[in-house]
Amino acid sequence: MSVIKSVTCPICGCLCDDIELTVENNEVTKVKNGCAVCESKFIGYRSEHRIKTPLIRKDGKLVPVSMKEAIHKAAEILANANYPVLYGWSSTSCEAQRLGVELAEEVGGVMDNTAVVCHGPSILGEQEAGIPTGTLGQNRHRADLIIYWGCDPWSAHPRHLERYTSFAEGRFEKSEWQSYLKKLKAQAGQKKVESTTRRLSAGVQIPRPQACSLGGMPPSLSKRGRKLIVIDVRKTMSAEMADFFIQVEPNKDYELVQALRALVQDQELDVDKVAGIPIETLRELADALVNCELGVIFFGMGLTQSTGKFRNIEVAISLVRDLNMRTKFLILPMRGHFNVTGANTVTAWQSGYPYGVDFSMGYPRYNPGETTCMEILLREENDATLVIAADPAANFPKKAVQNMVKHPLIVIDPHMNATAILGDVVIPSAFVGIEVEGSAYRMDHVPLPLKKVVEPPEGIISDLEILTKILEEVKAIKAQKTETNQPPAEAKPKAKTETKKKPKSVKKTKKKKEAA
Amino acid sequence: MTELLIKNGFVFDPINGVNGEKMDIAIKDGKIVEKVRSTAKTIDATGLTVMAGGVDIHSHIAGGEVNTGRIFRPEDHIKDAVSKTSLTRAGTGYSLPSTFVTGYRYSKLGYTTVMNPSIAPIGAKHAHEELNDIPLIDKASFPLLGDWWFVLENLAKGDVEECARHIAWMMQTTKGYAIKIVNPGGLESWGFGRNVHSIDDQVPNFCITPREIVRGLAKVNTMLNLPHTIHLHTNNLGVPGNYKTTLETMRALEDLATNDKPIAHITHIQFASFAGDDWGKFRSAADEISKYINNHNHITLDMGQVTFTDTTTMTADGPFEHTLYTLSKHKWINSDFETETSGGIIPFQYKKNNAVNAIQWSIGLEIALLIKDPWKIYMTTDHPNGGPFTAYPRVLAWLMSKKAREATLKKCHKKAQKKSLLPSIDRELTLYELAILTRAGTAKTLGLKNKGHLGVGADADVAIFNINPETTDIAKQYKIVRKAFNSSVYTIKDGKIVAKDGEIVDNTTPGKTMWVDVRTKEPCKIDEEMKKKFRQYWTVDYENYPVPDHYLKVPQAIPIQGSV
Repeated sequence: MSVIKSVTCPICGCLCDDIELTVENNEVTKVKNGCAVCESKFIGYRSEHRIKTPLIRKDGKLVPVSMKEAIHKAAEILANANYPVLYGWSSTSCEAQRLGVELAEEVGGVMDNTAVVCHGPSILGEQEAGIPTGTLGQNRHRADLIIYWGCDPWSAHPRHLERYTSFAEGRFEKSEWQSYLKKLKAQAGQKKVESTTRRLSAGVQIPRPQACSLGGMPPSLSKRGRKLIVIDVRKTMSAEMADFFIQVEPNKDYELVQALRALVQDQELDVDKVAGIPIETLRELADALVNCELGVIFFGMGLTQSTGKFRNIEVAISLVRDLNMRTKFLILPMRGHFNVTGANTVTAWQSGYPYGVDFSMGYPRYNPGETTCMEILLREENDATLVIAADPAANFPKKAVQNMVKHPLIVIDPHMNATAILGDVVIPSAFVGIEVEGSAYRMDHVPLPLKKVVEPPEGIISDLEILTKILEEVKAIKAQKTETNQPPAEAKPKAKTETKKKPKSVKKTKKKKEAA
Repeated sequence: MTELLIKNGFVFDPINGVNGEKMDIAIKDGKIVEKVRSTAKTIDATGLTVMAGGVDIHSHIAGGEVNTGRIFRPEDHIKDAVSKTSLTRAGTGYSLPSTFVTGYRYSKLGYTTVMNPSIAPIGAKHAHEELNDIPLIDKASFPLLGDWWFVLENLAKGDVEECARHIAWMMQTTKGYAIKIVNPGGLESWGFGRNVHSIDDQVPNFCITPREIVRGLAKVNTMLNLPHTIHLHTNNLGVPGNYKTTLETMRALEDLATNDKPIAHITHIQFASFAGDDWGKFRSAADEISKYINNHNHITLDMGQVTFTDTTTMTADGPFEHTLYTLSKHKWINSDFETETSGGIIPFQYKKNNAVNAIQWSIGLEIALLIKDPWKIYMTTDHPNGGPFTAYPRVLAWLMSKKAREATLKKCHKKAQKKSLLPSIDRELTLYELAILTRAGTAKTLGLKNKGHLGVGADADVAIFNINPETTDIAKQYKIVRKAFNSSVYTIKDGKIVAKDGEIVDNTTPGKTMWVDVRTKEPCKIDEEMKKKFRQYWTVDYENYPVPDHYLKVPQAIPIQGSV
């Protein structure tokens, strides 16, 4: 039996690295410090849904085959495809992601990751407006105004508040944990009083004492210490914890942000409400934004996937930018998968672009909407797909999934998930962060190491090893093809010299030519 | 047993005093040797210039900041796509090239060593992962330490030795090479949106001044016997009138220098040599700065030359980047790092018809030409801040040819033409001097004993250019020389020919990552204290913070014994 400390949890973008595991007989028996999701993964990853051997679909059924056969089949599919898409990547290590870019480049395919259905709009917003941001520790030390907008950390990033924001201890700001407990006690007390009053008054309605309010802010927002605001379309569990909850009308976040931008720049607004919120409330909220020491907005799918998409992010970033003229403000996306940030990071440093990278012309092309997986599938342009560390069959639109299975589908995953069930070649892999070590990037781009704490099941290897084998096999197949004198039209043109892509406009040519 | 003989070239090796002599250079097993056997492969370098491989002292090529820049500027890449070949990977440029392309392009320019001058310690792993993917050059990184809480606290207490032990720990932990300081005190202030405006301003919450930080770290550097000096980006960078702060900083370090050796390297001096009270009265302080340098020996500089192009600024100087945002209203990135440092990125276009930009262009060249001793000033563009490193040949042309300078100056804004000192400067740098500014001088200041020269024992990193010094007037024929510097005839790395006539011919050399393995006399205490404070200071566990040895693809640890 051994106790392993400082383990990094491989689930969500929080990438908590203080997990303590007890390992007995190659199994994790106890998890300390982790949230419920963390514990369920470390204890429950050895489920009956684990794929035990590589599989190939023969006569309509998935049958067990050797690793060699599966690798060869996968390599054959990719080497012979004209426009394969390699999708997923967010739940595996950076080492595997690096191989992925190389493989996509080798087969002239598209390298895309799950950001495309999640925080892709955040990246697009960043590309429009930049982003004033910082590492999570900056917030822990300095933030006295924390806003969660369109996200629910209580459910999706359970330890976010206790590690990084309201309930964390910082050098300049203390945890608000005590204050929250007092609030809970007060609420519990209030409920007792109300139920007692109801019993004693025998059904007579006694009006509840109202806090004096002109639609303005609760007094808790003018307290010293950290303040928590949640903005969402419905009252989530995170909203229950907040000092103030603002309920925004669905699909009206863009209007709300722009209204705040106007107010923060001392402009008058000629309306009574914006996005369902009274203007007086917004004025007070703007005051709170401007008067903090350091404020931070964390945002999620509520902004990226509602009407406006990346424009919502663009204006949210612009709001934070405007606030930086008056105080200090940061904004961070709540990245979901534990290494989706890594997928963007690795793809970008190797190709220049963060996702949706099309290598079919021999050089990287990036045009979200054209070169991104979902759209390629919907237009039925791909002729092969490799899915790794993701489950698009479970969350892509039906049409896209239907198109995906019309062509050969290779799936690399530990579990028999919805995508694997539809696969033509299915290769089981080991869990990164439990059975395989590697590196990953937290939601704020801090790199962290993932540990190997137990051995993978017999015959199960890592994503990195599988991809390395496939790449080798692809190169061998292609070398054979050129040897057997294929007609030149078949092979993709391989430039012998580095060719700079010719600039499309004269203007650009002028810029590049600097006169002596 | 690979042997190579470069025959009959014009060799420029300032460290060994060789000025254009016709010499043979013999290489064996990746090192320069006295001679080789007659069966050695030969390169006929008749009529060609032979120098050591270039050593770039300051170029942002890898790490969190660089990558964030790449991600948010797809428009920078679309005009510069690079195709995959049978030997090389695909990628993109222009001002923020992807990692593989960075290596290939540097190699084609004849560079073999590049210093990555700013990494946030908490992001060190990221920098090393990227450096692993930059082939064909040796590299090293400088961790940002000027605003690190442990530095601020120990120096405020006056405990320089304790500070030194922490710095030693940090070098090992981040696999770093030198102490990088940016806007000391300013970055911690920026944590709450503030800045410092003079070297005697108090840093909020820490009871220390920039003067004390810089002096303290200079002392630490000496105590630890680090190969390079402190690498300093001064306060008030980019602010009109800031030359006074730069001079004050240099004066503040005078008494700490010993044996007439440099005690500090001030980087991209152009951005720190502004005179005038505001942008309207903006003018060059190259005269004042170069006068000081000509009379003192304790500071080295690099240019930070501006080129006229659409590039990207990125520095750890968060407040300065925010100022640039207020001026340009361009998309702006800010990234603060807990406990350590900050950073900012903003695209920027330098235009000839913008008076300030044009004067900035003039300043960099003025400083390089007015400083008499070429061993004190090195050529950089602070890539990508002043321009991409692919513009280096252009900068060399300006340095070696008055005609080249005039041709550019006459296209600049009239105000800049009037204010520029360049018309009064006739000096044109020779090939020998250019070799100092691009390899000999930089290698010397960095303490890289086996680089920047072609003496026996040096690493076999060689660049051969199509310049015949006997038949070429480099000042008059600067266009030919610029073209020659643009792509080497041969670039040789560790004794292997890697680039030939602008193409990569061998991509099997990943390049080494160098770092200083600093040993102090009492390391243990640091570890215990660190562990206790770690969770308080960072959101990362003590065990997960350091860069493990296996992270570096090809590490080169340089053992250093500190005197504390």
